Amino acid sequence: MLVDNTHSFRFFNRGPSSVVRLVFFTVLSLLLMFIDVRYRYLESARGTLSVIVAPLQAMATFPVRMWNQVDDYFSAQSTLKADNQMLRERHLQDSAQLALLLELQQENRQLRELVAIPQRAEFQTRMAEIIYAERDLFKRKIIINKGADAQLQAGQVVMDDIGIVGQITRVYPWLSEVTLITEKDHVVPVQVLRNGLRTIVYGAGDTSQLTLRYMPISSDIQEGDLLVTSGIDGVYPAGIAVAKVTKIERDAAYPFARITCLPVGGVDKNHQLLILSTLPKLPEMPVLEPSPEELGNTKAKRRN
Amino acid sequence: MGLSSTTKTEIQRPVGNLFIFTTIAIALLLNGLPWDGYGLMLRPDFVAMMLLYWCMHKPMRIGIGMSWAVGIFADVADASLFGQHALTYTLLAFGGVVLHRRLQMFDLRQQTTQVFGLFVLSYTVYASVHWLVDGDVVWGYFLGCLTSTLLWIPLSLALHALRQIRVSRER
Repeated sequence: MLVDNTHSFRFFNRGPSSVVRLVFFTVLSLLLMFIDVRYRYLESARGTLSVIVAPLQAMATFPVRMWNQVDDYFSAQSTLKADNQMLRERHLQDSAQLALLLELQQENRQLRELVAIPQRAEFQTRMAEIIYAERDLFKRKIIINKGADAQLQAGQVVMDDIGIVGQITRVYPWLSEVTLITEKDHVVPVQVLRNGLRTIVYGAGDTSQLTLRYMPISSDIQEGDLLVTSGIDGVYPAGIAVAKVTKIERDAAYPFARITCLPVGGVDKNHQLLILSTLPKLPEMPVLEPSPEELGNTKAKRRN
Repeated sequence: MGLSSTTKTEIQRPVGNLFIFTTIAIALLLNGLPWDGYGLMLRPDFVAMMLLYWCMHKPMRIGIGMSWAVGIFADVADASLFGQHALTYTLLAFGGVVLHRRLQMFDLRQQTTQVFGLFVLSYTVYASVHWLVDGDVVWGYFLGCLTSTLLWIPLSLALHALRQIRVSRER
């Protein structure tokens, strides 16, 4: 005990003092954080380390997954029956709509061919399961059980059967991290289904709500309006439900209305999610500022 | 074994490296359980508690460098910023290493108040990093340092008992 930790005896070289170590490791941490925030160079290191952590995580979530499976197994027959009934009814309704959709698609294709507009993209979906939800109080993120092994990529859209849930932001070898649309400052370009008004919906962060910022007080938005993706940025395919407007405060003291929405997809509840893949790439956005040469050319043309 | 067990002059047998690493791995596992909602808010930081325990009792074995490394793993597991947990645990370990002799003089009840200060410090650092990067603070997060402190006495007693069992088995 005495020999174990005396600082006054310096028979043996114990390396730098604890203050030096503190400063060294603090600076190292700060540097790593800075690099991570600014440049995102460390993703490969993160992937490598996650291989070591993954077994621990799998063990930690194992009891809950087992419990879910056992729970599923013993779920009462009555609920199964009710579910079955409900699904049957839904299937009937959906198949009627699907027939209509097929017809409309056909008609749409013909019309588009007539006016020569490129076909709207179709996308494939893939299923994944949530392993665990928001491990960090500060973030609205979930981890799903597919990763680079299933050809997932950062930026792919995650949805459930009703609406958008989030976006893949980081891919590990066997897991991926999904940022939910309710994460603070996460944006989705949307339009109001009723009148086609384009806007952007922001995550609120501290609650499971979304907000529409910078909407003028006079803008035509009503409570209960459905917001669907506009497909303008090319990340989200068009026409998928995102949120429903729940509350509008129009205060003349502020230039903008305060609009709160709730996500329609089960952002906080579902177990299975769909990942959209093979979305087509949009053509590159034209560069805003032309080079001096081009400026000269346009001037010359104007003179001509 | 009473609350003042650490002040008794017991013969402290060496602790195996394997034992220390197992306890830290278990702590990472406990942090990794699927906590959510209020459970997540009240979740004690098991890794921080375990690191502080070892920094206090075996500062030559688990010091600042080891805590930093464990912090990097916690960052990967939690998908937080690279270095955020590492910075927190570095400061915590520094507190533990610097105060370890004073803390060992105290009995467990007195240790608890000191340990609370260290936890508050490390939680504040973690939250302020988040505040600097993202500009908001979730105040419920600080409840975690209360629960961590409350669990300090059970954790110390349990680890002490485990160490004693190992000693008696060796005989």
